[in-house]
Amino acid sequence: MGWLFEPGWWANGTVRTALLVGFVVAVTSAVVGIFTVMRGQSFAGHALTDVATAGGAGAFLAGVAPLVGFVGGGVLGAGAMDAIGVQRVKGRDIATGVVLGAAMGLAALFLFLSARSSSASGTTQLVLFGSIFTVSPSTLPEVSWLSGAVLVTLAAVARPLLLSSLSVELAAARGVRLRSVGLIFMVVLAVAVGMSAIVIGAILSTALLIGPPASALRVARRVGRAVALAAGLGVLATWVGVLFAYDSYYWFPSHRSLPVSFFVVAAIVVEYLVASVLRRRTRPAPVAASEPEGWT
Amino acid sequence: MFSSFMTNAWISGTIVAMLAGAVGFFVVLRGASFAAHAIPNGAFAGAAGAYLVGISPLVGLVSFALLSALGIGVTSRRTRNDVATALSLVAMLALGAAFLSVSLIYEPTINALLFGEILGVSSSQLAPVLILGVVSVAVLGWFYRPLVFTSVAPELARARGVNATVVDVAFLVVVALATALTVPVVGALLTFSLMIGPPAAARILVARPGWAVAGSVGLSLVTVWVSIGASYALNLPIGFFVGALGAVFYLGARVAARRRVTRPAT
Amino acid sequence: MSDHEPSTALLEVRDVNVSADGRDILRDVHFSINHGEFTGLIGSNGAGKTTLFRVILGIQEHASGEVLLHGEPLTRSNRSIGYVPQKVLFDPDLPIRARDLVALGADGHRYGLRRRPRALHDAVDEMLDAVDAGAFADRRVGSLSGGEQQRVLIAHSLISRPELLLLDEPLANLDPGSVQEIIALLHRVAQRQRVAILLSAHEMNPLLPVMDRIVYVANGHVASGTTDEVVRPSVLSALYGHHVDVLRVHGRVLVVATALPVGPAPNDEHPEFVVE
Repeated sequence: MGWLFEPGWWANGTVRTALLVGFVVAVTSAVVGIFTVMRGQSFAGHALTDVATAGGAGAFLAGVAPLVGFVGGGVLGAGAMDAIGVQRVKGRDIATGVVLGAAMGLAALFLFLSARSSSASGTTQLVLFGSIFTVSPSTLPEVSWLSGAVLVTLAAVARPLLLSSLSVELAAARGVRLRSVGLIFMVVLAVAVGMSAIVIGAILSTALLIGPPASALRVARRVGRAVALAAGLGVLATWVGVLFAYDSYYWFPSHRSLPVSFFVVAAIVVEYLVASVLRRRTRPAPVAASEPEGWT
Repeated sequence: MFSSFMTNAWISGTIVAMLAGAVGFFVVLRGASFAAHAIPNGAFAGAAGAYLVGISPLVGLVSFALLSALGIGVTSRRTRNDVATALSLVAMLALGAAFLSVSLIYEPTINALLFGEILGVSSSQLAPVLILGVVSVAVLGWFYRPLVFTSVAPELARARGVNATVVDVAFLVVVALATALTVPVVGALLTFSLMIGPPAAARILVARPGWAVAGSVGLSLVTVWVSIGASYALNLPIGFFVGALGAVFYLGARVAARRRVTRPAT
Repeated sequence: MSDHEPSTALLEVRDVNVSADGRDILRDVHFSINHGEFTGLIGSNGAGKTTLFRVILGIQEHASGEVLLHGEPLTRSNRSIGYVPQKVLFDPDLPIRARDLVALGADGHRYGLRRRPRALHDAVDEMLDAVDAGAFADRRVGSLSGGEQQRVLIAHSLISRPELLLLDEPLANLDPGSVQEIIALLHRVAQRQRVAILLSAHEMNPLLPVMDRIVYVANGHVASGTTDEVVRPSVLSALYGHHVDVLRVHGRVLVVATALPVGPAPNDEHPEFVVE
């Protein structure tokens, strides 16, 4: 096994923090992601990551704690999308797009200003791409608290959320408050992606939110199992990614290691391909995927 | 502001604005915002890769934008469209992050790629930008009717024998080309804003498709011209103005439309 | 079945008006439904049947009129009314089995993740058997055929033991065999569970053997009563605003527009097609 685990892996505090934080974020993203994919809100999920990034950049500039900026930006973005009309299927794409476009403009401004005002270089890349290896151990409790809040809230609305994801008409006939449930989910989504964006970067945030759940939904037949499988796949991809990124330091003579996000995303893509192959073998005649109408 | 070295900025900005306005109209019509957001990010990865191997960034931009577009097109036939787009997006971005980590690129270069640079197109690149722009518009014109038809009534279009896959792929290729040209000017993150804001506003204000395309191009031109001017005058990144103007136009159109609705119905 | 007292109607729709974008969709709609009856809501596409269902469910704003259940005004989300919407398309990627969807009919509106009691699992099995869906109970709903999905949706709506079940065009897009099966199943379930059924369709003939009453929608107006009371030239002509004939051929009823319009109704919708 020595070839797999390069020297210092077991004793390294940074690695241990990365593995623990990665575990928490991967599990939370997987649970939130199952509902995100089922509701067809991948775009909103990704957009909120970028909106949170704008908040994070603003926090850098204002000298506020980054976590406040990321989560605050995400929640504000969710509110704006809701106000413009993310609830209606027709206008949803545009509502998401307009908010995302405006947020990107703000991010550009904030990052430009903070790059000009401080001598610290790499703010842009840190905010955009993040690195799980730069996480300080003190963030672990904060991240755990936020994750706990996200999971508890999600458990509270799970059944109405599930029914409204299946069919808005059925849910409305059952008396589910569609608008409240939809808004609660958007806020939960914003908190989850804002939190993961700061810890692991915007790319990985989307990758962990969509990839493992999409794979799990291909093979699992029950929601509970899909959630468990997605969490497992997410944690596996994250840990494999951390390991390879650590090892890659020793691959090149220049000792220039490759980013964690590269390996995690590669693992997620492999998982997705395997899930697709498994699905085709278990279900030889797949029904043509129909665009679900009337979803919120 | 109108000195000789700014000439390129105005010319390339005008080409890019017209292209983004026209392509953006179909992006909004087809609900392809997510793809229009993902493809520029793929193009960014391509530019980073081009710096790594030392070739022209335009080659990297075009090839990776096309790669992203085809990736989305192929995967979305197997799975839900938004999931396919998200997966393609993160894959390209992760590749870009890997390129950046092993190559030595100055941070201003990265920032310019992400957030735009009014001098992003050099005079030697003006000719290829113009040619690719004309090609994109020509393809768009060739596919105009089927594009509108499959966007508005996909079932009817299929019944009339329109090959939806061909139209889909052709459209994504045009988005990819337009993206590759737009990224150096307004940046990978803001190309999307330019393709969504003006067309979304135009679509609210105008009912006829032809007029809406024209309105979209017009608003897009105003956005880019004002942004270039403001960026030059205030020394702030052009992307900020593009993003802000897009949102302002959209909200303005919404308010105008609401006023129209509250007028007594005929 | 029709020896009912009108005063003890289960559901009463009184003078309901609905308009959208300045256009009247329903005008002075008035009818009632009695306990355990099978009522057909008949009208062509776009006549306002779905809107009427949404009014009864309390999820459609209406300008005037009221809907009474047991003589009381409707509250939003009434547990006594079950609903099977038109064309629900389930994504085959959804990890929801037929039995999961039925269970959500009982607790889909509840917050929290309490364990489902044993009794609910039994009730789900019982419901699935009642609609002959036991064989595909463990398959994903998205992978089922239209007729199979229809059965599962009926079980979903019936598990909360409603007194009234609304079905929006459940027979559309089904092959003739499935149509007969679903109708027989609904008739059987309605009698066994004493649930009143209001089923919308644009074609009345398959329903003739089971229908106790008919609510006929055209031009935003309705006429209701027994089939013999409503499907007559005088009633339907008044409804359409110009003359129609009713033909009975081999046990089937055909509503046919006549060339001569009665009264000035040039802009009204012409049933120039042969309905039923």
